[in-house]
Amino acid sequence: MPKQIILAAHFPGVNNTTVWSDPRSGSQIDFDSFEYLARTAERGLFDFFFLAEGLRLREQRGLIHDLDVVGRPDTLTVLTALAAVTERLGLAGTLNATYHEPYELARQLATLDHLSGGRAAWNVVTSPGPFFGANFRRGGFLDYDDRYVRAAEFIQAARTLWDSDGGEFAVDSSQFGIRGRFGVPRSPQGHPVVLQAGDSAGGRELAAQHADAIFSRHHQLDDARRFYRDVKERVAKHGRDPDSLKIIPGVSYVLGYSDADAQEKAHHIRRVQVSPQTAILLLEQLWNQDLSGYDPDGPLPSVDPVLDEDDTIIKGRAGMYPDRLKTAAEWRAKAEAKNLSIRDLIIEVTGRQNFIGTPGRVAEQLNEYVQTEACDGFILVSHLTPAGLDDFVDQVVPLLQERGVFRTGYETTTLRGHLGLPPA
Amino acid sequence: MMGVSRMTGLHLAVALDGRHFDADRWVDLAREADDARLDFVTFEDTFGPPAGGGRPDAVLVAARVAPLTRHIGLVPVATTTHTEPFHLSTALATLDYVSNGRAGWQPRVSGDPAEAALLGRREPLGVEELFAEAADAVEVVRRLWDSWQDDAIIKDIATGRFIDRERLHYIDFDGPYFSVKGPSIVPRPPQGQPVVAALAHIPVAWEFAARSADLVFITPSDADDAARIIGKLDRRLKVYADVVVHLGEGGTVQQIADLIQGWARAGLDGFRLRPGRLPHDLTAITRELVPELRRRGLFTPSEKSTLRDRLGLPVAVNRYQEAGRA
Repeated sequence: MPKQIILAAHFPGVNNTTVWSDPRSGSQIDFDSFEYLARTAERGLFDFFFLAEGLRLREQRGLIHDLDVVGRPDTLTVLTALAAVTERLGLAGTLNATYHEPYELARQLATLDHLSGGRAAWNVVTSPGPFFGANFRRGGFLDYDDRYVRAAEFIQAARTLWDSDGGEFAVDSSQFGIRGRFGVPRSPQGHPVVLQAGDSAGGRELAAQHADAIFSRHHQLDDARRFYRDVKERVAKHGRDPDSLKIIPGVSYVLGYSDADAQEKAHHIRRVQVSPQTAILLLEQLWNQDLSGYDPDGPLPSVDPVLDEDDTIIKGRAGMYPDRLKTAAEWRAKAEAKNLSIRDLIIEVTGRQNFIGTPGRVAEQLNEYVQTEACDGFILVSHLTPAGLDDFVDQVVPLLQERGVFRTGYETTTLRGHLGLPPA
Repeated sequence: MMGVSRMTGLHLAVALDGRHFDADRWVDLAREADDARLDFVTFEDTFGPPAGGGRPDAVLVAARVAPLTRHIGLVPVATTTHTEPFHLSTALATLDYVSNGRAGWQPRVSGDPAEAALLGRREPLGVEELFAEAADAVEVVRRLWDSWQDDAIIKDIATGRFIDRERLHYIDFDGPYFSVKGPSIVPRPPQGQPVVAALAHIPVAWEFAARSADLVFITPSDADDAARIIGKLDRRLKVYADVVVHLGEGGTVQQIADLIQGWARAGLDGFRLRPGRLPHDLTAITRELVPELRRRGLFTPSEKSTLRDRLGLPVAVNRYQEAGRA
């Protein structure tokens, strides 16, 4: 049997991928939207539904960012409510190891696992620095260098609590000194599925040791294969079965009745995603300075980016540009070669959809990624809330099933079972 | 004549305290209360597990039953002592969304050293400080609920703006226990302000309730005691008496209905019935006691859809919107 593809549905988030101006776009807050997307994913026999977390509204130039969708519900509360309206779909949420504490979060995740019959998953992220800390008791207590220490110790602490079967536990580590009785009996999965999203060497090591899956951002086929090989080798070095860590990139897609139709749709969507105002803001995120005086239909700035990583112009979004000068030089070269305005360039370099074509073409490409070890599956990010997954479920899933690379019915009741992960 | 006017409109709640983690059982219990058209259900909780077995997180239990119930208010207990006010506010606002305006919250404090060790960051506080911190936590939670005006999402295609950021507000709370900047990540919940309930069993809790709560639960010994306690409480608070219901142990439905009728004259707004054993005493309440109270004209199911409306609480005015207009 060929390798089976993992599929997950990402609820559209608070960046410019999500097109709120489309008349088909619904509420990003009302429970009906979450229920619709989750039911669609379950109709498509997806492995899990994925939800991000908000800890503070994003700011740019010191002001609350107002061009993209703003606001979202609490992750755990929505996931637990979704357990009431779905039966088999996994329920994954991002929960920050910096601004949660192990006892409370382990208890909440174990509660979700019980109340969903074994469908809970936790995407572990950390946020160093002071920005998010302004909303929490400890403020910005976590140093950048300690972020993976905190994440690793948090995961280990949570596993200690889950293994206590509701009994006594004690954790003594550099970040945590906690003891007592957990109170929650062992949940259906034993341990909820743990995802990890960091991409640096430290993040890969963390995942290789502690995670069940990686939410990755490597999309180009060759790059994705290199990442896949690197991570699976790290897993083996830690004495684990390489197959026990799943690599699942977040990807976007556009379907059309012909490949040309899909390309045209994709181009239109990108123009809507990158309005003139958004083009300037996205340019500022690399240039790290106020560019509001620039014409989005004019040329790129001749000044260089500001290299102050402690005081970035955008706050509340993970750093995207490790080498600003290098990226700026690439962007300038591309703009000059193709005679692109700021907006045209931004459309070109950000947010190009990963899979564009007929349902047959997209199914073929997705399968190629999985069969040639570029990834184990995909977290699909659509640009419309909440109906953006309808066409994929109706048109692509049946083709994957025909190829024998995707289930035709749920065979297990837990997310761990869907993913083929070993028992915890 | 206050007692007479309230006689026709008593509110009824039921307290659920289950040490089990079975979703179907929770749904069955909540639906039983929902079908009987009780006004709300409370979900008991503590930060750490009590002796004899832990409970599931009460906010999540409420979220789990919300899509499968239609009318009933959902009021989980959540502890303020070792938790983040920001997370509490967003979780409860979200409960209000998933229940379409039926959310409430009963804050609890924790002075237990064993519970402090579960967090491992500080020594237990004294009782005065616990309630001072709880009052600050409720203040932060309430400010965050108001931090988005109801009209903040504008979706203005001409300017490309999803929100009008002038209609979002930093709450800038700065207190001895924590500071919270805001605004919330969750738009203002359907009720504006979900209902806040408090146990009022000691004087320091009465002060906390007066500052922070919409309604209180009291535990009087008889009708006179109820009247005495009500006299000490802030007049704006809705007052509910806790009554333990143990049928089959000498109590009959008629006797409990008599007790409710008698105590109601003290000026109570309603009762929270605490079934001694689940599900037996719950079904006795919903299938025998409630019909008896309806026969006596003491209870009429509300047709209102939000919990605030059905409890007779005023529309929640947004403090920031008013400040902007002033």
